[in-house]
Amino acid sequence: MTLLQTIILPIVASLFLLSQLTAKTFDVYPSGGALARVVALAHAGDTLLLHEGVYRESGIVVDKPLSLQGQRSGGAVVLDAENKGVSILFIRANNVSICGLTFKNVAVAYTTDNAAIRADNVRNCVIENNTLDNTFFGIYLAKSSFCRIANNVLTAHGSHESSSGNGVHLWRCDSITIHHNTVNGHRDGIYFEFVHTAVITQNLSTGNLRYGLHFMFSDSCVYEQNTFRRNGAGVAVMYTHNVHMVNNRFEDNWGAAAYGALFKDIDDSEVRGNVFVNNTIGLYAEGCNRSIIEQNEFLHNGYAVKIMANSMSNIFTHNTFEGNSFDVSTNSLQNYNTFRGNYWSRYQGYDLNHDGVGDVPFRPVRLFSLIVEQQAPALVLMHSLFVELLDIAERALPSLTPETLVDNEPLLKPYRKPFSHSSLSRK
Amino acid sequence: MNTAGKIFRYQLRAAVRSRWVLLYAGFFFAAAEGLLRFGGDSAKAAVSLLNIVLMLLPLVSILFGTTYLYNARDFVEMLLAQPVRRLSLFTGLYAGLTVPLMAAFVIGVGVPFVTHSFTSSTPSSGIDASALTILLFAGVALTAIFTAFAFLIASLCEDKALGMGVALVVWLLLGILYDAGILAIVWTFHDYPLETPVLAMSIANPIDLARILVMLKFDIAALMGYTGAVFEKFFGTGFGLALSASSLFLWIVLPFWAGIKVFIRKDF
Repeated sequence: MTLLQTIILPIVASLFLLSQLTAKTFDVYPSGGALARVVALAHAGDTLLLHEGVYRESGIVVDKPLSLQGQRSGGAVVLDAENKGVSILFIRANNVSICGLTFKNVAVAYTTDNAAIRADNVRNCVIENNTLDNTFFGIYLAKSSFCRIANNVLTAHGSHESSSGNGVHLWRCDSITIHHNTVNGHRDGIYFEFVHTAVITQNLSTGNLRYGLHFMFSDSCVYEQNTFRRNGAGVAVMYTHNVHMVNNRFEDNWGAAAYGALFKDIDDSEVRGNVFVNNTIGLYAEGCNRSIIEQNEFLHNGYAVKIMANSMSNIFTHNTFEGNSFDVSTNSLQNYNTFRGNYWSRYQGYDLNHDGVGDVPFRPVRLFSLIVEQQAPALVLMHSLFVELLDIAERALPSLTPETLVDNEPLLKPYRKPFSHSSLSRK
Repeated sequence: MNTAGKIFRYQLRAAVRSRWVLLYAGFFFAAAEGLLRFGGDSAKAAVSLLNIVLMLLPLVSILFGTTYLYNARDFVEMLLAQPVRRLSLFTGLYAGLTVPLMAAFVIGVGVPFVTHSFTSSTPSSGIDASALTILLFAGVALTAIFTAFAFLIASLCEDKALGMGVALVVWLLLGILYDAGILAIVWTFHDYPLETPVLAMSIANPIDLARILVMLKFDIAALMGYTGAVFEKFFGTGFGLALSASSLFLWIVLPFWAGIKVFIRKDF
């Protein structure tokens, strides 16, 4: 190592001394502390080309606009913290880009949020095409804006929520783009707190211990074509206005406390074209107001939609409900939401004038789901003949289910979108 | 017991020759095949089939069993004139009815599922073998239980119309009213922790027990929240399985034993 050091460092240093006024490219090879030293020597605007090998370093502070790139042709460029020390990279300057690197083995800590890449109070950072493996927190941005996080693969192997970090973690950021990342095995796949106007597209978040996506107080963000699959508790989002969730997939979140998507205090939002399939509860809404839920597909969920009485003025239209144990469940006899023009596989009405709209209103709340909502142990009677009879009686003469929770224009065939975007989202 | 075996073989031959067992098997075959073919998902087909098994199988078993013993009256009287022990006669008749019914059910439901699991292209759509086993086991146990009830009723009631009425009432009680009772109790005592009492009540009724055993196989426990967790934990233990198996066993043995008691003293 020392030999390498003595050979390479002078080369690097001389390159540095000979450098012109314009930005330079440095070749960096693995040796003890080489990367940290080159970062210290480099000038703003320089590019560091990291060659293949393992860099056993951590705590590297990038405090000037540099571009760190892994060499494309060779093997992996690995930054290995060896489960020691702090975060691997600290970004403390604007316009830093980190591309094509592999980060490994960041130490688990209970007092500091160690991460592969930590950016603090910066603008215009670019983090692309990196591979993160076992890095406690993955990419951690605080008080930053106009950054792009794309095409990264983040993998963690935690077994406990308390000793795991989040994959992509944003705190007090705005205008961040998160595109086409794969996050697996972290505590929360994607975590936002106080993040505004971020765009989150085509990410795949699977097998995370807690939530695939978790945000709070993050207004005006756009989520498109993401897939959240088999996360411990699904997706939970809270205390946010003006959320746009379009063409995402929420899949296979099955468990006593798992939700396709849990919305708590989400107002004035748009939930369109999403697919909720095989979740215990597809969409759970509590304290959600004035949102539009349209053109979504709810397939084979336990509960497709569970909407609490404190949710008002939401509009459910052109959704498809198919093969769910319960289509809609609520905890009240009052209903202040609108259900109109949805397709319900349980609908048994007819359409005399063939306009595609059923002539008989559909009541999606089964009497049994109302009973269960109040007395949970009653669920043992599911599939019981007695319960089926109760439901039939209630459907014939509705008296106990919410009077206004009714779809007066149920569709006879699932609503067909003009163009199916959902086919674009990642499988 | 040799006599019982002879009577059983005779009844079996009669059953195979007559059309009703074939019809019964054909019904289950058609139901299972249709649900698998048009329902698409075999797990869903199994759940739909569960409804049929829980509703129709006890009803058919108890009504058919009652008429069976009434219709066998001449045969019984004729055999009792011979040196035949009543215990052997009763056992032989019971086995001669129950075994063909069980076989018809197992073949009717099992064959479509097995063939579909071989022919289906996606392995994930194939039904969990353990779930199918539980479903078949539940059907077999329910057949044994409700034919035992049928024999008890037919031995007790001299009048055929009365016997059929009692059979219907027993089915209504266990199949529907019992669940209404559970619901009433859950509703009335909702301030108390009801998981254990509800668990005990469900084990005490063979139809409920069969339903819950199959339901737990289909991951429905997750829907049931805390109650589901309690149930899953209970039935996951050897003790829970032993208790539910012995409950089913008791439901077969008790009416059967009572039926023998009545049958032996009966004045033909």
